[in-house]
Order: sequence, then C-alpha cells, then structure tokens
Amino acid sequence: MISIIDIKTGNVANINKILNGTITLDPETIEKSDKIVFPGVGSLDYVNNIIKPVKNILLKKINDGTPYLGICLGLEVLYEKSDEGNTGGLSIFNGRIKRFSGIKTPHMGWNTVAIKRDSPLFNGIKDNSYFYFMHSYYREIDDNTVAETEYNINFSSAVNRSSVYAVQFHPEKSGENGIKLLKNFRDLL
Amino acid sequence: MLAKRIIAALDVINDSVVKGINFENIRTVDNPIELAKRYEKEGIDEIVFLDITATNEKRNILKELARKVASEIYIPFTAGGGITSIEAALDIIKNGADKIFINTYGIENPEIIIKLSDVLGSANTVIAIDAKYENNNYYVYSHGGKVNTHKNVIEWAKTVEDYGAGEILATSINYDGTMDGYDNNLIKLLSDKVNIPVIASGGAGKPEDFLNVFRSGADGALAASIFHYKKYGIMEIKNYLKENDINVRL
Repeated sequence: MISIIDIKTGNVANINKILNGTITLDPETIEKSDKIVFPGVGSLDYVNNIIKPVKNILLKKINDGTPYLGICLGLEVLYEKSDEGNTGGLSIFNGRIKRFSGIKTPHMGWNTVAIKRDSPLFNGIKDNSYFYFMHSYYREIDDNTVAETEYNINFSSAVNRSSVYAVQFHPEKSGENGIKLLKNFRDLL
Repeated sequence: MLAKRIIAALDVINDSVVKGINFENIRTVDNPIELAKRYEKEGIDEIVFLDITATNEKRNILKELARKVASEIYIPFTAGGGITSIEAALDIIKNGADKIFINTYGIENPEIIIKLSDVLGSANTVIAIDAKYENNNYYVYSHGGKVNTHKNVIEWAKTVEDYGAGEILATSINYDGTMDGYDNNLIKLLSDKVNIPVIASGGAGKPEDFLNVFRSGADGALAASIFHYKKYGIMEIKNYLKENDINVRL
C-alpha cells in the first residue's frame, strides 16, 4: 500500500488516481505502508506544522528504506535548511534550499528535464522531456542530482539516494510523461 | 528552457462553459469537463476556470468542478471567481486545483493575499486584474469589470507582488472578446515592472496575436473564443510560434 501524505493543501487527487494509494495523516497507516509519497502544494512552515504528528514515523520509514517520492515541497522538505520560512526540513539530505533571484519568481510552467544519471524513475521517458514546474525555491546541483533543469541557473529537478526519490516538478500535472514517472515509482521493487 | 504557455479560459456558470464579449452577451458553449479534456488532448498547457455564477452556491461549484476536472485531466489548472476566504481557497486546492485566483476580494481585502500566499505558497496564488484603458491611464476594475476602483494597474500589480502573489492574470477589458489582439502595451508595462509571471488575457483572435504578446513579455497567453469556436488549432498556434522562435511545448 502506498501512503500519500495528506498535507491538507496538497493536490492529491491526480496522484492517487494513478497510484491507487491511501491519502493519510495517520501514523499507523503510514507505518504499515510499502511506499510513501509526499506531495507538494503549500509553504514549508505551514506543511511542517501539518506533518508534526507523523514526522517521527516518516523519518523512521525513510531511514528504514521504505521508498519515498517527494514532489515539489516533498523534495524541499528532505533538506536541512531552507530560505523559505524558519522551520527547516527533515534533514535526510544535507544542504540548503535556496530562493531564485535575478529572474521572474516563481518558476512557473513547462520546462525541460535533462537526465544526468540512470534512475528507474525515468524509465521510458525521453531525455529533455517537458514537465510542469511551480516553485520559488530550488536545490542546487549536488551528489544526489539525477536530473537538471535550467532557469537562470541549473538546479536539481530530480534527486535520488538509495530509496529516497524526489522531483521538483509536478508529475501529476505533466501529462503522459508525469503519469509514466509516477507509475515507475509505483512499480519499484 | 522554460516554454511560453498557451492557456485556455473557461468561464463557467453552474455546469456550463459560457463566453461573453466585452464581459457581456453571454452564450453557452459546452460542458467544462469535456472541453478541458479536448484541450488537453490538443496540447493546451494549462486551463483557467472562472466561475461567474451569481449565487450563494459559488463555493461549492468551484470545489465540485475542481474535483471533477482533477480526476479527468493531467495538466495544471487554476480556478477562481468569488473566492472570499482562505477556507474556500484551500477547499478548491484540496479538490485538485493547482492554483486559485482572486480579484475583487483581494482589492477589498488585500491582506487575504498575504494569508493565501503564506498558506498555499506564492506559486499557487494568482491575482487576476481586470484593466481598462481610459483617459491615458490603466485602471483596475472590480466586480467582473463593472466598477472602476481608480487604482492604477501597475501600482496594484506591484502591491500584489509585494504581498506574495505568484502570478498576475491581466485581462484587458477593452480587448476582451474582440479577437483583435491582446493589449500588448499593458503586458509590456506589467512585465517590465513586476518580477512574477504575467499571463495576458483578452483579445486573442489569430496566431500573430500570441506572437506579439509573447514578444511584449507575457509568460502565458490566455484565450477562450479562438479555441471554443475552433477557429485555430492549439498546435497550429504553437507551430507558428515555434517557427517564429518562441519556445513552446510541442
């Protein structure tokens, strides 16, 4: 069973239609799940507050190797620190989430994703396919970067380390390519 | 590279899509879900739903519409029209909309823009501005284009940016429904003065209109009649733009 974290502002309808999971904030349900999706609409402080009751179980599951897919905010929340808000993230990955500067912000719309490293998430998806982005904050290129996107600078549009996956774009809003990516996550062993 | 967006606008009353000219003369054209699906298939980049129902049932209409649309299409959509609380905005987002927009309520209660962007995030908070050019000035109109607020459009746009708006949807009342082209001057002024994406609305009638408005700085171009009445195909417009060095998603 796939748990989709119910962050209250999260646009989860499409995600769940593809993954056929459970939208939940219940610690026991999350504990029992085989995979976790952290969807992404909202601001970091607000979402940190919402997930408080399940933060520890979330950390435990991620550290135990339960496959995790973060979407947008679900990527940002993996890191230690952020330019957004005061509460930081889950510190699964080191480093800081930065805000775009010197260019129209938010970065909004369809942009190309350059695949830099083999990842099961991108199985059957062509290099430089378009995905939909809607964000003001980004993670720079680091050791976990799987795919990059250019918007003034090159940033991480997908990251992965062991069973932790995250994308900055919204696969649930990116047509066929996005559906494919979500199914790739669903089908991970 | 970030693509310029072609956005379809669907004005909705209860369960039907309607389209007026210069904000009046409303005609029913289609079922919103079916139309949204058709546009997605034809390559639209995004859809905006505007609820123009004039009853107390407004809140539920957008919520229900968001739920139905989200379960049928896999591209982003924005919903708005009559949102007057954070709760109503959250309800619509929770039911599957990617962004909400507000207009009149934001003019009357600017602090809601700060609250919305705090809760939803800036990227999900769109401010719609209805602009009318008269007496050598662009004025902000409220209440569906009926009331002149006497605010200057550029100043208001800068204010909403400061308050955390993530995108401006700028409709020219003068050009809306005419199919004579966008108000390129308005879009150029806005794009030069604000640092958030600007969506141009009002006046699209032919592929050249899209080219001109993108050259004026628009990040997205919204249109209704040109698509509703199948005057030009979405890909026909995108191919034309591509040939003219505008980056679009093909």
